[in-house]
Amino acid sequence: MPYDPGPDVVEVVRAPKGGAVRGTYRAFGETLRGMKTVMGRWVEGTHTYQYPEEKTPVYPRFRGRHKLHRFEDSGLEKCVGCSLCAAACPADCIRVVAAENTPENRVSAGERYAAVYEINLSRCIFCGYCEVACPFDAITMGHDYEMSDYNRSDLIFTKEMLLAEPLERTPLRSMGE
Amino acid sequence: MIVFAEVGYYEPWWIQLLKALVIFAIVFQLVPVVLLAERKLLGRFQHRYGPNRVGPYGALQPMADIGKLLFKQQFRPEGSIGWMFALAPAISLFTAVAALALVPFSDTVDILGTQVGLYGIDPSIGVLYAFALGGIAFYGPVLGGWASGGKYAFLGSMRAAAQLISYEIAQGLALVGVVMMAGTLSLTEIVHYQEDNLWMIVPQFVGFVIFLVAGFAETNRPPFDLPEADAELVQGYITEYGGGRFAAFFAAEYLEIIVVSAFTTTLFLGGWNIPFVDPPTWVDPIVVIVKTLALVFLFIWVRATLPRLRYDQLMALGWKVFLPVATLNALVTAILVVAL
Repeated sequence: MPYDPGPDVVEVVRAPKGGAVRGTYRAFGETLRGMKTVMGRWVEGTHTYQYPEEKTPVYPRFRGRHKLHRFEDSGLEKCVGCSLCAAACPADCIRVVAAENTPENRVSAGERYAAVYEINLSRCIFCGYCEVACPFDAITMGHDYEMSDYNRSDLIFTKEMLLAEPLERTPLRSMGE
Repeated sequence: MIVFAEVGYYEPWWIQLLKALVIFAIVFQLVPVVLLAERKLLGRFQHRYGPNRVGPYGALQPMADIGKLLFKQQFRPEGSIGWMFALAPAISLFTAVAALALVPFSDTVDILGTQVGLYGIDPSIGVLYAFALGGIAFYGPVLGGWASGGKYAFLGSMRAAAQLISYEIAQGLALVGVVMMAGTLSLTEIVHYQEDNLWMIVPQFVGFVIFLVAGFAETNRPPFDLPEADAELVQGYITEYGGGRFAAFFAAEYLEIIVVSAFTTTLFLGGWNIPFVDPPTWVDPIVVIVKTLALVFLFIWVRATLPRLRYDQLMALGWKVFLPVATLNALVTAILVVAL
């Protein structure tokens, strides 16, 4: 008695048998169908962003260029120069040199402040570990993704550049978009 | 003097010179238009815009391309055959332009008291002449690929030769029906026949399809662009070409598309005729150009749709399908022409 596989087995759809004439007839029909599909693409319209004029919107959690923050009320820098971001950075692109705050020169809210804070954006992999490592939320990832430059040295962002209120050049994607 | 072919009508020599210039100037202007239209349409067919940066709506893109190509260095590989390498693009361009002379845009018209035929030349062997030029046109790719002295280029030229043989016969046989029905080889006479009768596309539909598909093959257009096959042969016979010579090949390819479309218009779509309407004579060339551009649109549409055929599939289609069908078509037409 032959083995009965039961209803689990589905019929395999095989390619139609060949033959020059029948194949050509079939190909002709399929060609027309394909041409209809292609024309449908035209009717449907374009799905492209005209980039320099029209920028791709980013999601709120997009990890773009870093930003350093100040306290809004006192204007003091949040960064206390602890170098935890530099320690967390897998690409080793952050350089922090700390200095003591003095009563005459108070820069940050803590005991020390970052005298030098540089991020080499040509090395950064935008993993966001610095943001996670920071105990004071002093560094966050922004939304800017337009960072190309003509010089490698121009891609080393200093503290002043990271603290400056960045131009919001990239649109944020709204809910449900 | 040996008479090679009778000519339906001819004008004083200066008019012939003048109209040759005018036809060349007008139709050659269509090349950048078709080039741009192709890129724009391919974009639209793929959900994108196509070129839209240079000039309004990207209209100056072909000019920018041509300018770039002409200012490039003329490079020649070490192992190439110099004079042949330079000759090949010239052959391609020459045959395309020479075939242009046959396209009838209208009958003889009265311009300022002189009878002028709105075509380059109207020989009594027009169709044969066109086929001769179509055959010579393939020397461009074949010699170009051979003279390049490279493997890919050589493979491309061999493919061009094989493709020519596979298609030229079926294409010729497809036209036999038209020639038998019209009873003439002159292109203007064939258009005149279609004035009084149905357009050839109706009684000769099989011939029309074969002629058009063979036209795709003749112009090296997808799905039959095997001689250049950019994916497998890195552009085939034009691998080693660059700059102005590449531009010549490129322009010849697009000019050939226009010429094949114009021939299809003349032979199957009634040339300058419009059904049920009898427009004034000055409309005739516009009608021909509009029909030609409609066929060019079909060329682009098919290119956007179909992938390239495998080589044996192309051969099978040419020899096993189109040749028998075209023969049968010619045979049935012959019987009907004699019987009716």
